[in-house]
Amino acid sequence: MTSSTRDRFIYTLAVICAALLVWDFYKIFMVLPDEANQGAIYRIVYVHVPSIFTGFTGFFVALVASGMYLGTKNLKYDAFAAAVTEVALAFATIVLATGMIWGRIAWGVWWAWDARLTTMLVCWLIYWGYVMLRRAIEEPTQRARLSAVVSIFGCADILIVWKSIEWWRTQHPAPVLSMRDGGGMAPGMEAPIYWNWLAMMCLATIFVLVRMRQEETSREIDSLRRLAHSY
Amino acid sequence: MTDTAPGVSVDSVWKYYGDFPALRDIQLRIEPGSTVALLGRNGAGKTTLLRIIAGLAKASEGGVRIDNLDVREEATRRRIGILGHSISLYDELSAQENLTLFARLYGLAEPEKKALAWLKRTGLDRVRDGLVREFSRGMRQRLAVARAFIHEPDVLIFDEPFTALDDRAIAVLQSLLADAHAFGRTIILSTHQLREALEIATHVAMIQRGQLVFAGERTQQMVDDTSFLYRTYGEN
Amino acid sequence: MGAFWNGVWTIAQKDLRSELRTKEAFNASFSFSLVILVLFSFAFDPTSEELHAIAGGLLWIVFSFAGALILNRSFARELQNDCLDALVSAPISTAALFLGKTLANYFLLLLVEGAALAVFAILYDTHFSKQFWPVVLVVVLGTWGMTIIGTMFSALTVNLRMREMMLPTLVYPLLIPALMAAMTLTTDLMGGTPLGPGNTIWLRVLAGFDLIYSVLAVVFIDIVLVG
Repeated sequence: MTSSTRDRFIYTLAVICAALLVWDFYKIFMVLPDEANQGAIYRIVYVHVPSIFTGFTGFFVALVASGMYLGTKNLKYDAFAAAVTEVALAFATIVLATGMIWGRIAWGVWWAWDARLTTMLVCWLIYWGYVMLRRAIEEPTQRARLSAVVSIFGCADILIVWKSIEWWRTQHPAPVLSMRDGGGMAPGMEAPIYWNWLAMMCLATIFVLVRMRQEETSREIDSLRRLAHSY
Repeated sequence: MTDTAPGVSVDSVWKYYGDFPALRDIQLRIEPGSTVALLGRNGAGKTTLLRIIAGLAKASEGGVRIDNLDVREEATRRRIGILGHSISLYDELSAQENLTLFARLYGLAEPEKKALAWLKRTGLDRVRDGLVREFSRGMRQRLAVARAFIHEPDVLIFDEPFTALDDRAIAVLQSLLADAHAFGRTIILSTHQLREALEIATHVAMIQRGQLVFAGERTQQMVDDTSFLYRTYGEN
Repeated sequence: MGAFWNGVWTIAQKDLRSELRTKEAFNASFSFSLVILVLFSFAFDPTSEELHAIAGGLLWIVFSFAGALILNRSFARELQNDCLDALVSAPISTAALFLGKTLANYFLLLLVEGAALAVFAILYDTHFSKQFWPVVLVVVLGTWGMTIIGTMFSALTVNLRMREMMLPTLVYPLLIPALMAAMTLTTDLMGGTPLGPGNTIWLRVLAGFDLIYSVLAVVFIDIVLVG
């Protein structure tokens, strides 16, 4: 993709994303009624759940991109993996923040060690390590190789964490009322979740494209610096 | 010099650090039994190339073959001996333990006996139970030379071998290199000490900015006037 | 295959010999666990019943802190004099090199843990004699998981400037499922609950964790060490 077509793609995506978000939030705040048990705060689910989907999609895509890097040694996949992981980490942060706000109001505590939120926190810690590792390595090829391995190890861990935290919670049931267990939502209330997911995926794609360009530029700067110092 | 298959063949080796090509399309055939001096300034790519030839790093493109076997094959690594800037010995092990360890790793028969033989050969048999930590610099270097030679490698790779050596270690190394050359071993060495290197070299290769700018037989002119190569093939 | 295990054994022997000669990592690791064990007595009433409820968790915190000191040294030990180059260029596979170092770390870590466990039992008057062998099984499985991840990341971070800081940042989050399983099991066993249908799921988590990461580490170690 040349730089100008990439720009045009980004702007188009931004327009679609903005339109989707405006329409969604109009429905969420103006059309939908308050939920019977929780009142107005339930609306946070429209940010919370799509962010979960976007975050996990990102971590999975990063795994694939890391594998592709190791298979092809093409640094494009490394830039892609790095960008996707960082954006997914941002969405994971949104998940944690919205989850905590909702928990404070619904359960009275910021953090209730709920199974799903704890899983997300562990993911966040693993990928935070990935981002820290990238910052600690200067040579781009070595950075790509080592962080791809970390991404693969991290993704394997998420699968184990996911299952084991569920078992941990089933063993010591906490007073958690999850909306997922509560028989689902009314059909009209559920649709905006998926529309918002689409909007957030557009947003994530924009961030990834911008971040990838930064990554490529910094690699170019690095190579120019090496050229200037070479004999 | 024989006309058989090349001892070491470096086939279109590229090495990238990010987008920067540290080595560009290096093509080098090293005949069995030749001694190649690899010249070039600091940062030209000498160490990078030597590490790839020794199998310590992978080329981004192309590869290195020794007698038509990839350099990372275990059978190939058995035939390579390396000596770098550092001694690659364990400070907290004794001289004998160090050599026995490497004799074992190379799968030699009777590793302890081999270790002892090389301790004698480098004049270290009286201190064989001393820890390397307690050794003088010269003793450490002689032991490092023994470590590189213990499995009698066909291909010897030296990165700046003379730089840190004292007189006695240089003498030991030079006599071992002469022996190795007489036995038809292939030797590749990079160095700053042009005179020492050129005296024992049969061939010369020169790298500049990651490119091979000269590869050929060593001539008497190079020995007499060591800056000749840099003047002729260098950029300035 | 014989050559492979020969290489593994030679490397493990080498690491153990140089460690037992200096005892640097062992001493640091053991005295660190002693300090943590003493500090725990200020965090809660050491004579109360609540101790049994958290004993398993405490022990694994001690183990994982002590482990970090040993694992940090594992590949860093090879940096002195560039020994890693000589090992990588030797005709043994990087997997054998890795497993040899893992075995040496495993043995050292088990030694430290055994000593810490004995001190723990004395200081806090805990009895695990009833469930001795199940506790051993949990320690053996949990420590393998810690060692395999720790050694792998010791290799991965060996050439980094911020090695000492990067290793815990990467290793502890990955260890969470293994530590969670080991903590739950140890707490159960020390509280007198035997292994049973209620908690064997955690044994499976531990065994699965060990298996998955042993395979992944052996597959990826060559990429980490050579490229």
